[in-house]
Amino acid sequence: MKEIKIVAKDLSIYYGEKVAINNMSIDIPGYKVTALIGPSGCGKSTFLRTINRMNDLIPSFRHMGEVTVDGLNIYDKDIDVVNLRKKIGMVFQRSNPFAKSIFENVAYGPRINGLKAKGQLEEIVENSLKKAAIWDEVKDRLHDSALGLSGGQQQRLCIARTLAVNPEIILMDEPASALDPISTSKIEELIHQLKESYTIVIVTHNMQQAARVSDYTAFFYLGELIEMDKTKDIFTKPAKKQTEDYITGRFG
Amino acid sequence: MEELSKEEKKKKRKNKEFVFTRESLKKKFRLSEFLAEKVISSVAFLSIAVIVLIFIFVFRETLPIFQTKDSQKASTEQIPTSTNSTGGELKQESYGGTETAEPASNAPLKQETYGSTGSETPASGGEKQEQYGVVTDSNLAAMETSMPEVHDTARESMASQYNENQSALRTLASKDWQPVSDRPRYGLLPLILGTLKLTLIAILFAAPIAIMAALYSSTFAPKWARETIKPVIELLAGFPSVVIGFFALMVMATLFQDLFGYASRLNSFVGGIALSLAAIPIIYTITEDALNAIPNTYREASLALGATKWQTAYNVVLPAATPGIFAAVLLGVGRVFGETMIALMATGNAAMISANPFDSIRTLSATIGAEMAEVVFGDTHYSILFLIGSLLFIFTFALNFIAEFYIKGKLMKRFQGKS
Repeated sequence: MKEIKIVAKDLSIYYGEKVAINNMSIDIPGYKVTALIGPSGCGKSTFLRTINRMNDLIPSFRHMGEVTVDGLNIYDKDIDVVNLRKKIGMVFQRSNPFAKSIFENVAYGPRINGLKAKGQLEEIVENSLKKAAIWDEVKDRLHDSALGLSGGQQQRLCIARTLAVNPEIILMDEPASALDPISTSKIEELIHQLKESYTIVIVTHNMQQAARVSDYTAFFYLGELIEMDKTKDIFTKPAKKQTEDYITGRFG
Repeated sequence: MEELSKEEKKKKRKNKEFVFTRESLKKKFRLSEFLAEKVISSVAFLSIAVIVLIFIFVFRETLPIFQTKDSQKASTEQIPTSTNSTGGELKQESYGGTETAEPASNAPLKQETYGSTGSETPASGGEKQEQYGVVTDSNLAAMETSMPEVHDTARESMASQYNENQSALRTLASKDWQPVSDRPRYGLLPLILGTLKLTLIAILFAAPIAIMAALYSSTFAPKWARETIKPVIELLAGFPSVVIGFFALMVMATLFQDLFGYASRLNSFVGGIALSLAAIPIIYTITEDALNAIPNTYREASLALGATKWQTAYNVVLPAATPGIFAAVLLGVGRVFGETMIALMATGNAAMISANPFDSIRTLSATIGAEMAEVVFGDTHYSILFLIGSLLFIFTFALNFIAEFYIKGKLMKRFQGKS
C-alpha cells in the first residue's frame, strides 16, 4: 500500500446510545478503488458518510477518534464542512438528480461555486458527462428534465454531477444496487476509468462487484474492521475465518 | 422417474382442484363495504351539489336586474301595435316582467314606456307619454320631475323599482358607490379596485413572511424551534377573524398612524396588514408541507456537492417546491379576497379609487357584510349585492383556473426542465 489518502484512527461513532462503529482504524490508499463489504448494519455506510461529514446532518451523531485526509483531521473545529464536501464527492445508493434539466443538474456544482460564464459551464458539463460515459445518450436533450432518464442514466448523471465540482475523493454508497445488470456494468466500467484520477471508496453488497472493481477490500462486521487487504488476496486467501465465511456466503 | 413424478404432480393437482371451485370463488356481496362506499361517494357528490346550489342561488338573486332589461325590450316592441289598435284612447302600461310586477290589466289609462331608447317613438295621439330609462344624468333629472305625475303609489314603487334596475345597470361602471340616496349609484369599480389593492398589500406582506418562516422552520431551524414555530403559527390560523379585526381597529390603526402620520386612521394599509395576519398561517402551513415533501435525497445531493445550507434551500428545495408554494400563496389570496370581518373593521369602508395605500377603501365582501342586513328584500340594491357575491365567486374560480393552468404549464417547465 502506497500513498495513503484517508486514515481513520481509533474511530468510534454513536447514534445516540447505539454504537455504529467501534474503535476502528483503517488506511485507505489514494488513486485506488477501495471496496467496503459486510452485512447490513455493520457500519460501512456510516463510515463512508463520516469521510465527508454527511453524518453531521443527523442530530444524534457523535464520534470519537479522528479521521484524517492527507494528514488533516477533518473533524477539526476550524474545518469548513462546505469546502470539505467540495473535495470529497458522494454518489448515493438511490440516484437523486434534482428536478431540473440535465444541464442544470451537472452545472449546479460549478454554479454554486460562483462560475457564471456560460461557455465555461458548457465545457464543464460536457466534460463531466463524457467522463461519466453518458454524453452520447443525453447530448441531444441536455435541457430536458433529468427525471425523464432511466435509473442507470440517472445514476451516471449523478456521477457526472459529482465530477463537475472536481473532487479528490469520490464516495459511492452502493451506487449500482438499484440498477439492472447492463447499467451496473456501465457504472463498474466507469469506476475503472475514474480511479486513475480519483480516490474511490465504494460500499457494496455485491461480492462479485467488489471483486471486479476494487483494488482493496475492507470487510466490516458489527461495527468493526475485520480485515483489509488487496482484493485479490481477500477473495483468494482471506486471513480471517469470518471473512472467508462471508465472501463464500456461509454466513451473513 | 420422470413419468412417475409427472403422475405425482397430476395427482397433486387433482387433490388441489377443490380449492378453486365455483363455490369457493363465487362472488361475495360485502354489505358493509358496499354501504360505506356508497355513503362516501354520496357525501363527496353532496359537497359538490351544495357548492353548485349556493352558486345557483347567488346567481338567481342577481338575475332580476338583468331580466328587467330583457322583458322591457320585449314590451317596447309590442307598443306600436297596441297603440294602433286602441287608437290612442286606451292607454297601456308595460312594465318589466320582474317577479314583483303585477298584471297590467288593472292599469290606469296611461301608457308608459320605460327604458326604450327613444328611437321608436310611440304614437303621439295626445295621450301623455313618459319615457323612462334613458338614464343619462339629464334624463334622470327629467325622470324624477315626471315621477310625481304617477298617482298610484303601488305603481310608483314598481316604476321606481324598475327605474332603479335600469339606472343601476348603467351606473355599475361608474366611480361611485352610493346605494342609498335619491339617485342611487352602484359603481362597482371602487369596490373591485379596493379589493384588489387590499389583496395586493396583504399578500405582499404575508407571502414573503410566511414563505421565509416556512423555509426557516423546515430547513434551518433546530428541532426544538421547529416544534415550537409550527404549532404556534398554526394556532393563529384558528384565530377568529373578528378578533384580528378588532386588534387592527383599536391597536394597529393607531400605532401605524403615529408611525406614518397619514390622514385617515383606517385604510387599506392597516387592513392589508391585518389581513396578512390571517393569510400568513395558511401560506405558512402549506408552504412548510410543500418544503418538507421535498425528498431528503435532494438536500443530501446538494450538500454533498459542497453547497451551503442556504444555497441548497434557495437553489434546490425552493424551486422543487414551487408548485406547492404557489398553491399556498393562492390559497392566501383566496382567504384575503373573501375575508369580510377584518376588511369591514379595518379598512375604513370608504369606496374610493386611489393608488395611495393610506386611503380608505371598501371591499366587495365587506360591502355585502355591511349592507345585506339593511337592504330591502328583492330591491335593486339587494340584487346588486348578490351581483357582488357572484363576482366574488367568479373571481375565485378564475383565480383557481388560471393557477391550475399556470402551475401545470409554465412553472413546472421553468423549474424542472421539459419533461
